[in-house]
Amino acid sequence: MSVVTVSHAAVSYAGRAVLQDIDLDVQPGQVVAILGANGSGKSTLIRSVLGLVPLEAGTVTLFGTPQRRFRQWARIGYVPQRMGAGSGVPATVGEVVASGRLARRGIFRPSGAADREAVRTALTDVGLLDRIADPVSTLSGGQQQRTLIARALAGRPDLLILDEPTAGVDAASQDAFAEALRRFAQAGGTIMLVAHELGPIEPLIDKAVVVHHGRIAYEGAVPEPAGHHAEPGHDHVHPHAEAERARICVAPTDRMPAN
Amino acid sequence: MDLFAYDFMVRALLGALIIGLIAPALGIYLVQRRLSLIGDGIGHVALTGVGVGLLLNQSPVLTAVVVSIIGAIGVELVRERGRTSGDLALALLFYGGIAGGVVLVGLSDDSSNANLMQFLFGSLTTTSQQDLIVIAVLGVAVLAAMLGLRQALFAVCNDEEYARVSGLPVRTLNLLMAVTTAVTVTIAMRTVGLLLVSALMVVPVAAAQQVTRGFRSTMAAAMVIGVGSAAAGVWLAGEIDTAPGATIVILAIAAFVAVTVGAGTWRVLRRRSAPSRQHPAAQLEPPEVVLRAGAR
Repeated sequence: MSVVTVSHAAVSYAGRAVLQDIDLDVQPGQVVAILGANGSGKSTLIRSVLGLVPLEAGTVTLFGTPQRRFRQWARIGYVPQRMGAGSGVPATVGEVVASGRLARRGIFRPSGAADREAVRTALTDVGLLDRIADPVSTLSGGQQQRTLIARALAGRPDLLILDEPTAGVDAASQDAFAEALRRFAQAGGTIMLVAHELGPIEPLIDKAVVVHHGRIAYEGAVPEPAGHHAEPGHDHVHPHAEAERARICVAPTDRMPAN
Repeated sequence: MDLFAYDFMVRALLGALIIGLIAPALGIYLVQRRLSLIGDGIGHVALTGVGVGLLLNQSPVLTAVVVSIIGAIGVELVRERGRTSGDLALALLFYGGIAGGVVLVGLSDDSSNANLMQFLFGSLTTTSQQDLIVIAVLGVAVLAAMLGLRQALFAVCNDEEYARVSGLPVRTLNLLMAVTTAVTVTIAMRTVGLLLVSALMVVPVAAAQQVTRGFRSTMAAAMVIGVGSAAAGVWLAGEIDTAPGATIVILAIAAFVAVTVGAGTWRVLRRRSAPSRQHPAAQLEPPEVVLRAGAR
């Protein structure tokens, strides 16, 4: 049974089509990267999978259940692009991560030993256990991102969905983050992530999906950075050779079906 | 000398303590969500409820609860839509609320200015036994919801999308917040008055977060500051014969200033005594800079 199935999905904002005719299938244990340029619709794709953006057409199925009727949210761990804008009311790393237990525990039951244990394990996984009592506002951007991953891991999900988890994250945090994802995948977890740059997580990826202008332009192994296939005999001339050396994945438009 | 030998002063004190405890417990979620002034807005709307009560010869507290709940739910629905006109819609609702209140109170038989002032700025010492029971029962209900659902409300106020993906009943929790805000505003009407109620929700939280590190500790500290200002305010107002509601708010603001100045002074002192620890790191930097400058 597929973990996520998207079929013929379409999304539009204020009459402008953002996604059109998207088909996607994620199998248990797969690590799927959704790549694409800014504004290609890749974030919208995972937001529509999560039900945060309404579909205009098509269907999304989660763990075999149509998304509208899906209620086992504890099976999904969501990692947003960044921590919500600070409001001034302090919150500790431990408190933020503890929110990740709510899906599993329900809102009426007070947190118990199992919850505290899960929070500590998740923070250990991302290498931030020593910061558990610190206010999140004192953390670096990369550490805040790791806190959000710990929050998702604390719920012990089967599927992890991450929206640009490595954007603007320092190298140390990227490595800690890749390591946490590797352990999660090794334990049988399924991962769906949106990325602009893969960096240290590249070896984990089983399948890459490239979104270009709201359509799936490519699906398969992680595309080589465009600079490598722009060789003699290849009639694709890319204008951003410098950027590609920095391992920025762009839509391999030369492999796109003409439509 | 002993003010609390009088029953009405004891009732005043108990009423103020309950409000001092629950207003910050609720207010912390409003501050976290950047809705610090919502209590003030609901207070404006509640005045229309008071007017309706006086006009119909019903209990003004009861009609104020009903009207402000309707107002609060309306505000929440506007907020949820996230429309750009939300700001304007709120303004219409708030000023409509206070204008409607003034007109309706004026139309009622009991249309003295003193009566209006009582609701706008509180009338703690006229708290009856029955008022106190209403305040206590509703106060306990609000407090139970704020403390019992702390993690869920924290999650919703901290990151609403994440809460939605966690399968939390986000809409129900938001409406619960709206209703409890309305209830708190109305029962606090007696203590500090509709125009000052928001201060007791927000100022203790603002004071507490100057020195706290976590949400839970901020909530606890804010409740202590709220209760402390309420108790000290009622006592001081009795001693120097000022309006209790305003005195409570002034003391809460004094607490905010004291904590802010105290925390700032402590940070400066700590920084002055700390440079020896930062020194080695500072020494590591310059050589590289010098090298680079030399290379050019």
